[in-house]
Amino acid sequence: MQKITGDILIEKASALLSSGTVSCVLGWKKGEFGYDVTPAVFSSVEELERDFVYNDFCGANFSKYLVSKTRKLEGKILVFLKPCDTYSFNQLLSEHRFDREKVYAIGIPCEGMVDISKVKATVGEGISSIDTDGDNLLVSTLYDEEPVAVDFKSVLAERCINCKSKKHVAYDELLGEEGDVIENSRFDEVARIEALTPDERFAFWQNELSRCIRCNACRDACPACTCEKCVFDNPASGVENKSPANSFEEKLFHIIRAYHVAGRCTDCGECSRVCPQNIPLHLLNRKFIKDMNEFYGEYQAGEEVGMRAPLVSYTTEDLEPGEALTRRDTDA
Amino acid sequence: MQVNEYKPLIVAFCCNWCSYAGADLAGNNRLNYPADVKIIRVPCSCRVNPMFILRAFQRGADGVIICGCHPGDCHYTSGNYYARRRMTALFSMLDYLGIERERTRLEWVSAAEGAKFAATMNDFVQQVTALGENKRLEDLRCKK
Repeated sequence: MQKITGDILIEKASALLSSGTVSCVLGWKKGEFGYDVTPAVFSSVEELERDFVYNDFCGANFSKYLVSKTRKLEGKILVFLKPCDTYSFNQLLSEHRFDREKVYAIGIPCEGMVDISKVKATVGEGISSIDTDGDNLLVSTLYDEEPVAVDFKSVLAERCINCKSKKHVAYDELLGEEGDVIENSRFDEVARIEALTPDERFAFWQNELSRCIRCNACRDACPACTCEKCVFDNPASGVENKSPANSFEEKLFHIIRAYHVAGRCTDCGECSRVCPQNIPLHLLNRKFIKDMNEFYGEYQAGEEVGMRAPLVSYTTEDLEPGEALTRRDTDA
Repeated sequence: MQVNEYKPLIVAFCCNWCSYAGADLAGNNRLNYPADVKIIRVPCSCRVNPMFILRAFQRGADGVIICGCHPGDCHYTSGNYYARRRMTALFSMLDYLGIERERTRLEWVSAAEGAKFAATMNDFVQQVTALGENKRLEDLRCKK
């Protein structure tokens, strides 16, 4: 469970709203069941007290919302950022996507967020409410008399199991303690796929990506995808919709999307979180991150404002594409 | 009786200053290279958006090759260095998705290397012919 409660955040936000420091608050709004938390903008203390929530289902990364919310804003907006969200925040600042002066950022600690599909896989459908008692989630369903206890650690989202950092890299105010960058094994799965034969890799991705329904949720949630016009909205492109074919044409969408965010992706994992088909989209982004780390030196997008991404710089001694591929094969 | 022999469709992006002139020199010297290679002239190898390559595959190309000036010789000083990084990332991603890596290539061909241009194209066409048709990256929506 989270170390910090929603009440502390409500108190903080109410004080800032009442004093006029900020004119609105970007936060999580509770839904019907306790796990369907949605991002929302709050503009009064009453709204905050009624709807604001911070629990194990507040996975949404708010950085991207700042782009549209600050554009016509009078005054400042208060935003709550978890450690991984601050990387996206910095990355968007590097790209001049919003005005830092219009944002009051509060860093909040995060103990990892729960993947609701894992909870459903454990207790089944019909969840009516979810509570917590420290290490366990207490899940009430329509069919069980007593709430079912589920270990918090066992239902963590994949991105939180391989959490890369508990350190806030940007904030105006920090609640809780300063965390650290964590040793993690987030590239293990990528390395496992790399070690397969080309036919196996193709089969793996065909299996995953052919489930894509082209809802564009990954694009809409991605903090690196902030173009105002997108090629995939263009009806003349021929690729704006799901392909009416049995073969899997949606791979091109995913290659292009991953490439567009290559070098800018902070690996926040929003794409995989929002995917209704549970496609492990982060594996595409992590592949680019892993490659760039290996070929051009360690780089974490969003670590600082104004860093130069690997794809917009070069050295005269870079590897040739063929060399890069064969070198990785021999290393593996 | 006529036998329908498989002919691959190869798209070659050639930079205006080196490789396109190299292709010209190959022609002037009457060196043979297959007519399956369709050359697209670009101002610089870094003009090649990775989307162009995917688009070529989408529309049924069997192989794509990008030719630019040798590192250090770019007409715009640094274009080919950027192209090298971009293509490394893209080719590696295509490989990761299980698309045969022999279908893509990046070569440096100067304006004086007509023979190298012809040899490279002969080699690449042979390589792609051996792989056969591009089935893994085609997009039926985009094919005529």
